[in-house]
Amino acid sequence: MTSITPARPRLSLYLAGVMALLSPTLAFAGEWDFSGSVAGELRLFPSAPAYMNQEKMTLSPSVALEMELVYEWNDAADRLSFVPFARLDADDQNRSHYDIREAKWLHLGDGWDFVVGLDKVYWGVTESRHLVNIINQDDAIEDLDGEDKLGQPMINFNLEKDFGTFSVFVLPSFREREFVEQNHRLSGPVRIDASRATFEADSGNEHVDFAARWKHVFDDWDVGLSHFYGTSREARLIPIQVDGETILAPHYDQINQTSLDVQYTSGATLWKGELMSRSGQGDRFWAFVAGLEHTLYGVLGGRADLGLLVEYLYDDRDPLQAPVTTADHDIFAGMRLALNDTQDTSVLFGGIVDHDNGSTLLSIEAERRLSPNWKVELEGRFFVNIDAADPSHIFRRDDFLTLRLLRYF
Amino acid sequence: MLKISKSFFSLLTAALIVIPGVSALAQTAQEKGLEIAIATDKANEGWGDSTSELKMIMSNAQGQTSTRELRLKNLEVTGEGLGDKSLSIFDRPRDVEGTAFLSHTKVLEADDQWLLLPALGRVKRISSANKSGPFMGSEFAYEDILSPEVAKYSYVYLRDEVCGTLTCYVIERTPLYENSGYTKQIVWIDQAEYRYMKIAFYDRKDSHLKTLTYSDYQQYLGKYWRAHTFQMDNHQNGKATTLSYSNYVFQTGLDDKDFTSSRLSKMR
Repeated sequence: MTSITPARPRLSLYLAGVMALLSPTLAFAGEWDFSGSVAGELRLFPSAPAYMNQEKMTLSPSVALEMELVYEWNDAADRLSFVPFARLDADDQNRSHYDIREAKWLHLGDGWDFVVGLDKVYWGVTESRHLVNIINQDDAIEDLDGEDKLGQPMINFNLEKDFGTFSVFVLPSFREREFVEQNHRLSGPVRIDASRATFEADSGNEHVDFAARWKHVFDDWDVGLSHFYGTSREARLIPIQVDGETILAPHYDQINQTSLDVQYTSGATLWKGELMSRSGQGDRFWAFVAGLEHTLYGVLGGRADLGLLVEYLYDDRDPLQAPVTTADHDIFAGMRLALNDTQDTSVLFGGIVDHDNGSTLLSIEAERRLSPNWKVELEGRFFVNIDAADPSHIFRRDDFLTLRLLRYF
Repeated sequence: MLKISKSFFSLLTAALIVIPGVSALAQTAQEKGLEIAIATDKANEGWGDSTSELKMIMSNAQGQTSTRELRLKNLEVTGEGLGDKSLSIFDRPRDVEGTAFLSHTKVLEADDQWLLLPALGRVKRISSANKSGPFMGSEFAYEDILSPEVAKYSYVYLRDEVCGTLTCYVIERTPLYENSGYTKQIVWIDQAEYRYMKIAFYDRKDSHLKTLTYSDYQQYLGKYWRAHTFQMDNHQNGKATTLSYSNYVFQTGLDDKDFTSSRLSKMR
């Protein structure tokens, strides 16, 4: 339950600061809203583990709780939101963790707004990889897809003009990535010790990072141009010796990353591209994801939509100098079926194939509402034809299926 | 010369006498249909912006129901080729709470639409080609909920007809925009206040698919009528959707800046 211990004192400090700042205004009448969900989850690992020291975890249960407390005043121009999240995992101590996803004050002005506190920011357009989305650290122990994020402390100002929205971010501290416990599934043969993390910046995980973004809509084009300067959200894993044992310690470099994301919407086809260039981890490298999403409407007797997705992923980083990625030269193909029924039933099925060695990650995500307050989700990840040279080789026996039952309140 | 001039004169005289009579008597059914559509549109001009709440109740042939609750913000847009802007924010069911849908309607071009996915904090530009698909699983298609701009259809006046205690114009309109699911719609508009009373929708096979009935009209700002109940009955699958509007507020001060994709990411 203590995997975010290093960040905790500072988080509560920010929270206290924001609350103190706002306490005079809180006296005015506003509106409270409370909601949340509890999720019971069962993960099934059908194969025996790849490494001797890993537990089998054939059936691995956990529960997760997310709450959202919102207070709005000043005609909803001011909003405080507080979103804590916690998971209790029966097997993996590191996966038992909690985080404050949001603890922020948002003020909406006329053509401008700002955020102070912990928040979540999403940049980008593609589906198979979120290359330009850099503000928040991955909650890497929640899932492999890079879509669960840790709350990031920030001061963010956004200005909307006729020629686009300009955003600046001051990110006064860094959230370190967490890793699965080594004797559990979805880990590797070598232990990663997050408590031995090192930083290029002298100020360590208190380095103040900066980001800026311009975003604009030109008719059918949605364009975003961003720059980030600060601590890399991805860690390099450095082998070190501790008491005669070789372990891996995360190292966080200082980077500059410039990126462009573009979507062109043409009828039923969305053309998407994300491009980034980064310096600070060996030689400057670049990466892109480009592809399309085409939807066939009115399939299966008239109500359902079938989306077809294809994306190409390229990354020319040097794995000896920069954090390892599997998406160096890969092709993603997927299908998204939405039944458009009252239960909002949908299924997303896809696969990413490495063009060089054929290693494939298959993925399925399905969901359906059972009643106004209940929902069921099914997720599966399957590692197929994994090459010994591919970074995902350590997961080759960690296919898993997750069945999740959610209760909303 | 004189002869020509004379016959020209008599022709001109004849024209002067006859033409006004022709235009009054022989206004075509198309012209009259368009005239009614323009008058209906005009009767609703100048409302500015509004906010309201919407409850959507969907029921199937077995009588099972499911409910969605939304908050709506609307902005009137005047200008060639442009339609109104709208923002829908979901409150219920809880699993889609915070999902928000932004639409910039165009008259004949594709609309611009964005969706806010709150779990990721992601704003996604979506395709608006799906005019005929079901809106949020209901019996309303996307094209049924968009603002009925005059130039989106061609019109034919059919007849006058008693509708309840009122008298209605009955006109037929044919969608001119791409990807419509309809060959035609028969529209009942009351003659006193130019309010929509009923629409019958005909599918691509020209068979009667759905009927939309408007009721519980209330007047706002002394001028603008809003139906508070929209009842859509699908005659082919036995399903129905009822939209119940409440808490209409007009001229709240919303403007274009409240309907951008950037602002959408801050909605809840």
